[in-house]
Amino acid sequence: MYGKGLRPLSLITAAAVALTLAAALFWAPNDAYLGFLQKIFYVHVPLAILTLCGFVAAGLMAVAHLRTRDPRWDMRSYVAIHISLIFGVAVLITGSIWARGAWGHWWVWNDPTLVSFLLVMLLYATYQPLRFAIEDPERQARYASVFAITAGAFVPINFAIVRLAPAYVHPRTLSNISGNLPGRMQVVFYLALFAVTLLWITLWRFEMTAKHVAAQLRQLQNLVGEASDEAPARRSAAPSLTHAGSVS
Amino acid sequence: MAPLPLHTAGPYVAAAYIAFFLIVLIYVAIMATKLTRNERTLSELTEQVKRRQRAGDDNGR
Repeated sequence: MYGKGLRPLSLITAAAVALTLAAALFWAPNDAYLGFLQKIFYVHVPLAILTLCGFVAAGLMAVAHLRTRDPRWDMRSYVAIHISLIFGVAVLITGSIWARGAWGHWWVWNDPTLVSFLLVMLLYATYQPLRFAIEDPERQARYASVFAITAGAFVPINFAIVRLAPAYVHPRTLSNISGNLPGRMQVVFYLALFAVTLLWITLWRFEMTAKHVAAQLRQLQNLVGEASDEAPARRSAAPSLTHAGSVS
Repeated sequence: MAPLPLHTAGPYVAAAYIAFFLIVLIYVAIMATKLTRNERTLSELTEQVKRRQRAGDDNGR
């Protein structure tokens, strides 16, 4: 179901990422202040935007789960958080590399933007252990949804509060993107945002397809009778689609 | 402050882009491993179903 159209989507994503890379490195002009180092902007900022949007989207999917009690929404929320966490790690790494080149430090502890992003990441790093700690699949899904909604609501609040705080070294995101960027930089930035959005959607659908296939296989194993009844069910942080018979 | 010259900024930019692609690559590699495992399970199940069908046919005769 989720795998439908995944191949063309993957090809479009790969093309968009390659085009963005070429445009960022060879077409966008060098920044007057940071020079060539500013090219990291085209990967770092879109990744950060998608990470935070992904967490919010996961919260909305969790709302749908609590409203409908359909475990497929829990799976969608789980995968959205997983992909956003991976993107978040990339944000921290690319940001640290940029910080080292621009400011001479890998990390600056007194900047609210950096520390708040780390806090969001640490908050979401507890999502998987939380799930793993709960054995009953239905209770696990319910608690995880409550977590995803609470943390998802925290993300925009945190973002707004950070914008009100004085900036130390990290520039304020989304205040100087559209206004101050020269034409070609702006085009490349929006292209990068589009490419990273496509990448997020592709990876989300890729993982959803994989999880769906794995759940169908488990169901098939049970039908064939291969899975031993005596073996205890393996505890997992991943949502179970089979417990409510929702694999279709 | 003057911008960093290309030979100084270049490695940072390269490192950032390589880190990004490496993360995506590792993720895809892990997913590919899981896909291979699923494929193996599916072929085992198919084989088991075929064996049962053959056994059922033999009993029917």
